[in-house]
Amino acid sequence: MSSSPTGEIYRIDWLPGTDVLHGTCHCGAEHAAQDPVEMWEWMLAHPEGHQPRGHESQGTSS
Amino acid sequence: MPHMTAFARNQWYVAAYSHEVGREELLGRTVLGEPLVFYRTEEDGTPVALADRCVHRRFPLHEKPSRLDGDKLVCGYHGFTYDTTGTCVYVPGQKRVPRTARVASYPVVEQDSLVWVWIGDPALADADTIPRARHLDSPGWVTVRGMEPIDADYGLLVDNLLDLSHETYLHGGYIGTPEVAETPITTEVDEGAGMVRVSRHMDDAECPPFYAKSTGIAGRITRWQDIEYHAPCLYLLHSRIAPVGVLPEADGSDPNAFHTEITYAITPSTDGHVYDFWMVSRDWAIENDEVTAFLRGNNHTVVMQDVDALNLLQRTLGTERSGYQELSINIDTGGLAARRILARLVEEGDKPVEKVL
Repeated sequence: MSSSPTGEIYRIDWLPGTDVLHGTCHCGAEHAAQDPVEMWEWMLAHPEGHQPRGHESQGTSS
Repeated sequence: MPHMTAFARNQWYVAAYSHEVGREELLGRTVLGEPLVFYRTEEDGTPVALADRCVHRRFPLHEKPSRLDGDKLVCGYHGFTYDTTGTCVYVPGQKRVPRTARVASYPVVEQDSLVWVWIGDPALADADTIPRARHLDSPGWVTVRGMEPIDADYGLLVDNLLDLSHETYLHGGYIGTPEVAETPITTEVDEGAGMVRVSRHMDDAECPPFYAKSTGIAGRITRWQDIEYHAPCLYLLHSRIAPVGVLPEADGSDPNAFHTEITYAITPSTDGHVYDFWMVSRDWAIENDEVTAFLRGNNHTVVMQDVDALNLLQRTLGTERSGYQELSINIDTGGLAARRILARLVEEGDKPVEKVL
């Protein structure tokens, strides 16, 4: 509530029927992980390790 | 070592419900470690918040026999008298009032039946940034509410509310059913708004007694829980209950579902203590006093289950050695997001502020 929304949205979907978290950064980069701590570390490392949608192989959690 | 989340200054916090602030009684509340006294002005009933310590000998100004004299607050110990800006306008026995005789006054906004106070640099207070909860004070809605002080770090209450999977275990038989813990969540963070959204949509779930008895729905339900946490203070849970398979209409209307707005204000008091303001609002069966009484009693029970658990957790964490480990799993995705947003707000609130006017 410190300022108005910027549209900078991070999203993490827990994929139904799995233990997999699927993250989407505001830049469009995507990432899969099975640990929310690791997921947030990846998310907040933006732009490091973030490539535009379609350039990252899916299902990686390295 | 005790579990402590730092306080985020330069933010608005709910200090009271509107009905708690009046002229008959002075209200004392401590927010972010700052003792405050609240009252209303005589003419238009505007809420006033002043520091709750007389400059003379630190007597708590909300305690009897302190009293109001018109819009002025008279200390019950020696009669030091303050106007609504906190300026001392009278001291006993002498004409000269020392220039330093004043108590801090705090920006206050009354909105949606809540009294918000700004803790931080008053020059930065912008009422437009206060998140809304219009259902609390709108025609067609009925709200039951209460406030429970918890002897726990406010971060533990944030953790609790951002992860509703605990309903299945801590609130089983009330609002918890197996599906809550079993159903995956979606988490979104709006960085600029300081907001976390957590959604859990259960397509085919057992109807918990809380809703079965209040709505009259027999059988299984579609249950949606959509959380909006406006850090640091306001938490909204949009709850939708409908017979299984019943979805909103194509035009967006939703006449066959029961919508309940669950609102919390999470207001840190002192280190290790938090005010838990809880509210349950509905736009159905609003004339039905039995439903109102049931929701009030049942939700109070649920809140007290949380209060007891968090009191215990705080005591337990206080016995841990520093550096103890936690383990987070998928259900904690939203809670972790909230912790991070809070850490950012704490950092921003601690920075020296450049005033741009």
